[in-house]
Amino acid sequence: MTDIFELLKGKPGDADYEKKGVIVQGITGSYGSVHAKQMISYGTNVVAGVTPGKGGQKFEETVPIYNSMQEAVDATNAKISILFVPAKFFLGAAKDALNSGIKLLVAIPEHVPIRDTMEALDLAKQKGAVIIGPNTPGIMIPELIKIGIMPPMPFKAGKIAVLSKSGTLLYEISDALTNAGFGQSITIGIGGDPVNGTRLIDAFEMVKDISDLEGLVIVGEIGGDSEEMLAQKIIDLGFKKPTVAYIAGRAAPKEKRMGHAGAIVMGNYGSAESKVSMFNKANIPVAKRPSEVPVLLAGKMEK
Amino acid sequence: MQLLEFQAKEIFREYGISLLDSISSTNIEEGRKHAKQLGYPFVIKIQVPVGGRGKAGGIQKCQNDDEFDIKYPQVMDLEIKGEKARAILLEKMADIKKELYLSIFLNRSKRCYTIIASAEGGVEIESVKTQIIKEIGLGDVSDEVAREVAKEMGLEGITAEGVVDTLKKLSKLTIEKEAELVEINPLAIMQDDTVMALDGKFVTDDNANFRHDELQKYQERTEIEEQAEKSGFSLVELDGDIAVVGNGAGLVMSTLDMLSDNGGKPACFLDVGGGATTESVYEALTLISKLDRVKGILVNLYGGIVKTTVVAEAFLKAYENNLIDIPVFSRLKGTESEKAKEMLQGSRTNIFDTIEEAINAAVMGTKK
Repeated sequence: MTDIFELLKGKPGDADYEKKGVIVQGITGSYGSVHAKQMISYGTNVVAGVTPGKGGQKFEETVPIYNSMQEAVDATNAKISILFVPAKFFLGAAKDALNSGIKLLVAIPEHVPIRDTMEALDLAKQKGAVIIGPNTPGIMIPELIKIGIMPPMPFKAGKIAVLSKSGTLLYEISDALTNAGFGQSITIGIGGDPVNGTRLIDAFEMVKDISDLEGLVIVGEIGGDSEEMLAQKIIDLGFKKPTVAYIAGRAAPKEKRMGHAGAIVMGNYGSAESKVSMFNKANIPVAKRPSEVPVLLAGKMEK
Repeated sequence: MQLLEFQAKEIFREYGISLLDSISSTNIEEGRKHAKQLGYPFVIKIQVPVGGRGKAGGIQKCQNDDEFDIKYPQVMDLEIKGEKARAILLEKMADIKKELYLSIFLNRSKRCYTIIASAEGGVEIESVKTQIIKEIGLGDVSDEVAREVAKEMGLEGITAEGVVDTLKKLSKLTIEKEAELVEINPLAIMQDDTVMALDGKFVTDDNANFRHDELQKYQERTEIEEQAEKSGFSLVELDGDIAVVGNGAGLVMSTLDMLSDNGGKPACFLDVGGGATTESVYEALTLISKLDRVKGILVNLYGGIVKTTVVAEAFLKAYENNLIDIPVFSRLKGTESEKAKEMLQGSRTNIFDTIEEAINAAVMGTKK
């Protein structure tokens, strides 16, 4: 199992402890450049950018740009990359990263074809790498490292892990948690696609053994059965840390895609009822609205 | 997108899957010509993008001209789960021995394609106890796997060969067209033991559309949906009277849920995408102004990096241009929200600190 904290922070004593290098693929694009700046100002150690044809230039006069991932990795030895290329170019860019030795790939683009995601995942498996996304806001350890597009304000360092399929609901719910005094040890965006590089269950594996973890918040939505799988896993493991869930899409009509490619109920596959009933079985309360999440979490902690 | 039965069958035919003779039409004159071509008896089948057609009376046997004149318009006028007929398919009657079930679907949590087969077809697969389930990686079905499936279904001889052949064609189609689901229910065993697809369901990966020009003719969109797509929005039309707008699919779904919990009826789901700009919000208001049934607009924006004043500007511009004359109930989170409130003072936009308050006001304000 991947030790996500070791990937994101390193080990105490390492020269790059708590300042792991991150490469930005598509750093000169309109989206990539805005968020590269935001990440840098949050304290993320952006060591290189990649844009084919712009090698040799510098981003914001400090970050060197390379033509390929191999060159960027050779020069920086970074193991993390964040990808901002248009969906059509996702597979090529992901292969480039994985073949160059990247071990954590955060894929931001929305509208990546499922087949391309599956091919990239196949390669990641061979290379022992982790993909987060596509269509994810990213991953962060608040106040330490942000690899993604999330605004900084909602988040605060703490001891609650938040796993979310949705970006804006991740911000909304983290904001509510922070205001209620619950900081976050880590937040992982799963993404709104039908096939996720890191599923809810994989993200859970990454956070369940955090030694000082005080609680877990799961933000799901209609579509697929990854919430059900996670609830079953929590039952099987007898995971006892206070856990609360929220599911978006109870009022959505069937057979319609609700914004996210993955948010669609087909027959009973993916329905909110199915997810809520599995969480209930796992003794996990499901909030009716985002603002109720910290209330339920506090209730769980008192018990 | 989800194809209609006759569209799915067009693709099945292209891949050599056995089908009965059938012709689709959109009006009775056209239908009458087809009836002559096809010859009685046949079945009249409504074409809607939802299941449960049989139970709702959307599939009718037809023996002669008199029956045709009564039944064709009957079926055409049906509304099934809120969906009107897109077309009518006339299909020859089949003399069948038994019905089977066959599908290949994208198993999202296992992250591979999966075959589901059953010796019991013609009913909803969820209700069938004996399902044969086989995970098949990126979609390729080998001879060996196909034979195994046929064997587990208890089939022999020509019928088993037919299922093997159909399964391999389905898998080719799944891979080449980048389908999320391809289903034949029922796959019928005919009197001569061959098999034939009597129905077809086909859902494609919309994100792969750019590689599939050949599927574009099946894309069904309202004018407003088309405009929304051009602006990079996601829009789903619903039948209520309060338009719901926000940024991020999860947030808008969540707003829809809360509105419904409070007795409100959403008129649409409109996600303007991760960020929000003056232009995108103005564009969203333009789209909503084209929906007649809307009595109020509920806006839920989690700005993050976005300044709420930018959103307020869009509203002001919309009033200035007389784009909207209905009340707006909005919750804007982000920087400069105090200033945004000031800007909108006295306008038709009411700003609230929480979404709960905005929803209550929207439900009350549109009740008349």
